[in-house]
Amino acid sequence: MTAWPARRPRPGPHRTALLGCAVLSVALAGCSLLGEDGSPDASGGTDTVVLVTHDSFALPQQLLREFESQTGDRLRVLASGDAGALTNKLVLTRDDPVGDVAFGVDNTFASRALDAGVFATAAVDLPPGAAAYALPDGTDRLVPVDTGDVCVNIDTGWFADRDLAPPATLDDLVRPAYRDLLVTPGASTSSPGLAFLLSTIAEYGDRWPDYWAELMDNGAALTAGWSDAYYVDFTQGGQDGTRPIVVSYDSSPAFTVGDDGRSTTRALLDTCFRQVEYAGVLAGAANPEAARDLVQFLLSPQVQAALPESMYVFPVRSGVDLPASWARFAPRPTAPYTLDPADISAHRDEWLTTWTEVTTR
Amino acid sequence: MTRRLAALALLAAVPLAVLGVFFVLPVSGMLAQGLWVDGHVDLRGVLEVLARPRVHRVVWFTVWSAAAGTLCALLLGLPAAYTLYRLSFPGARLLRAAMLVPFVLPTVVVGVAFRQLLGRGGPLGPLGLDGTPVAIIAALAFFNVAVVVRAVGTAWESLDPRPAEAAAALGATPAQVLWTVTLPALRPALVAAASVVFLFCATAFGVVLTLGGLRYATVETEIYLLTTNLLDLQAAAVLSLVQLGVVVGLLLVGQRLRSVPDPTQHRVVARPRRPRRGDVPALVATGLLLVLVGAPLLTLVTGSLHREGAWGLGNYTALGRPDAAGTTATGALVTSLRTAVDATWMALACGLLVAAVATRRSRSRTERRVRSTLDGLFMLPLGVSAVTLGFGFLITLDHPPLDLRESPLLVPVAQALVALPLVVRTLTPVLGGIDDRQRQAAASLGASPWRVLVTVDLPVLWKPLLAAAGFALAVSLGEFGATSFLVREDRPTLPVAIYRLLGHPGTTNYGTALAASVLLAGTTVVVMLAVERLRVPSVGAM
Repeated sequence: MTAWPARRPRPGPHRTALLGCAVLSVALAGCSLLGEDGSPDASGGTDTVVLVTHDSFALPQQLLREFESQTGDRLRVLASGDAGALTNKLVLTRDDPVGDVAFGVDNTFASRALDAGVFATAAVDLPPGAAAYALPDGTDRLVPVDTGDVCVNIDTGWFADRDLAPPATLDDLVRPAYRDLLVTPGASTSSPGLAFLLSTIAEYGDRWPDYWAELMDNGAALTAGWSDAYYVDFTQGGQDGTRPIVVSYDSSPAFTVGDDGRSTTRALLDTCFRQVEYAGVLAGAANPEAARDLVQFLLSPQVQAALPESMYVFPVRSGVDLPASWARFAPRPTAPYTLDPADISAHRDEWLTTWTEVTTR
Repeated sequence: MTRRLAALALLAAVPLAVLGVFFVLPVSGMLAQGLWVDGHVDLRGVLEVLARPRVHRVVWFTVWSAAAGTLCALLLGLPAAYTLYRLSFPGARLLRAAMLVPFVLPTVVVGVAFRQLLGRGGPLGPLGLDGTPVAIIAALAFFNVAVVVRAVGTAWESLDPRPAEAAAALGATPAQVLWTVTLPALRPALVAAASVVFLFCATAFGVVLTLGGLRYATVETEIYLLTTNLLDLQAAAVLSLVQLGVVVGLLLVGQRLRSVPDPTQHRVVARPRRPRRGDVPALVATGLLLVLVGAPLLTLVTGSLHREGAWGLGNYTALGRPDAAGTTATGALVTSLRTAVDATWMALACGLLVAAVATRRSRSRTERRVRSTLDGLFMLPLGVSAVTLGFGFLITLDHPPLDLRESPLLVPVAQALVALPLVVRTLTPVLGGIDDRQRQAAASLGASPWRVLVTVDLPVLWKPLLAAAGFALAVSLGEFGATSFLVREDRPTLPVAIYRLLGHPGTTNYGTALAASVLLAGTTVVVMLAVERLRVPSVGAM
């Protein structure tokens, strides 16, 4: 005990410190989330309808309030994870669902959710045009809400500067002229990445692994996520990217409009895979009536018109006005690749395993 | 004896209950989903998963990349811990706060910043590091060096300088002093920091995903893929068990290395002194670290000042503009801060109890064993994937009285679980270092237990407690994984908002995401500076 301090610590400052601590704690307590009651209000007499969705869900607050005033139901939105995480959570909680309505299960996951009995039948009227996006079976349970195509995008200026004819088809991408020019998000970690893999499977059938081997030999770069591919590696991502060909969406060219009023990028409409997001009433929903109303509301003209600006997707309802830049620069493919959702569900595991082997060889 | 054990159990009851409800229950729920097939454990299936070559590859890569990341963080962090906590120079406090910035930045953002540096078009592109394990390890070190600097630095700061001075007076060279006197005395803090950093590295998620591309997968990214994409819960459960096994093994080793013959804390604090010529190597090493940490941050800041091809503050003014859904980045920051406050008090309250229980001097072997097991138990949340925890919450906390899956407190609770090991690790060495005889002496002189606490424990505990609070705040502010997997009201925290912005097309969204990251970093520095300032009165009392 040689190191015992020569002076006893004076208690004064500690007392001040303790007091400060107490004051601070009270002040901080005001910041706490404790006071907020997340649970539905039982006393008000109104019903609550709970929408379970993914992280990318976004609609103007004013629209959500409109739904509440129309129906008299209180709307809660619970968001988490991506489409895959959402689907798997719904499957795991199917006996005791978290909410009444789920939005955001896409055509690559729809079969898994339907097979697991996640959704209940609901009498929802499809708006004009929506039938084109409906599932082969299960339309009585899942209705299409929005759509978008994953397409190969190119930097048009880059090709013009070099007098190089830009690619147009999947076949072109393995030509030596386009060596080291493509970047794509990975199929196992990104939903547009998976969509691109599916378009190659739709095109080449069982020979798709050979195509991917050629693509990798031709210097294709893989990233984990879409933002990484588009913003870091793509030449029109605003940074110092070096690759003029990227896997992105058919709406992407609407976001690269330059000062001269022209888009600097273009989607290759012969390389697209169609993605559709669905909504449905959950089996075992506490409030199935209001849930049906909510699904119907998602198909209403006002919500459908808000989709491009809030969630960056196209409406499924026809006759809805698109933002000017979308109408002008984001033409939609007329014959995109598609695969039966049941097929995707059955082979997803096997396809991703093979894909991982081919691309990381 | 039994009374002591009963008192021990009573003190430990609260943190144990928290751990049981918010960790053991959800995780075992998820494990059961995967392992329990038709009423029995499917051993064949487990063995089949363990035999997969991909599983071997993934486990091996996780272990060696985490070990390398830890080593780099230690080597880079030690000189900085010395410089920032033992030397006094202008700006030292600011640097100490700034060192924590990497720790809170969302991994997606750091991943992108690193790729901008290392990618083909970036300033370090010619090195060809993009997509290599070197990039992953550098990023792991970048994230975790703050833990080393802070944990070792605070220990170094309160190290009695006289043994080192005596050794020097007896003719030891500075290297000898460091090797034979200082480092052994720092060993508990070093081992504690290393084990926490290893766990953070081994369970890193976003950064491995972004930088490893698809070529390199770790156990954590694999569990994510298996759970959210493939719904192969069996393989996910097996990997979770492997992860838990590694963590437990590591904890046992750490426990051995951490115990020192006489951990007694001396209450003589060396005044930080002006740098001398002998400090040049440490200063140079610290400068190097600042450059390494600063480079990715600089790409963030310059990126955030660039909007639509011109320089300006456009991205920052966009922070206050609501998006289509009415969310603003500044609003998200408020949500983040409120969540962080909750996570911090939860982690501190629990951490203090655990540390107190774990460090009281034991009277028997059983007692000692119980105490140290308890201490290790609270490290486990670091070793479990956020995905497993998030999904586990959903499937287990769904019945009264534990119908908590929609509670707004779930997110802070999950974050507090992540911060708890850091809090415990910061507090136990200090509490363990208090000589029990001081408390006994105070008590025999007539001090009440409260007074003993205030005059003996608190003066020593005060600073580490604030350091721990800083850590907890930082962890919570930057936490993304668990937050994004939990079901919550549609009111995003700042990291979630940043992730959303990055997911949308349009370079203005990208710029706004960078500006939001800078805002998050700036907020962290401010919070850390405030925390540093709070401890001034107690320093003056010494």
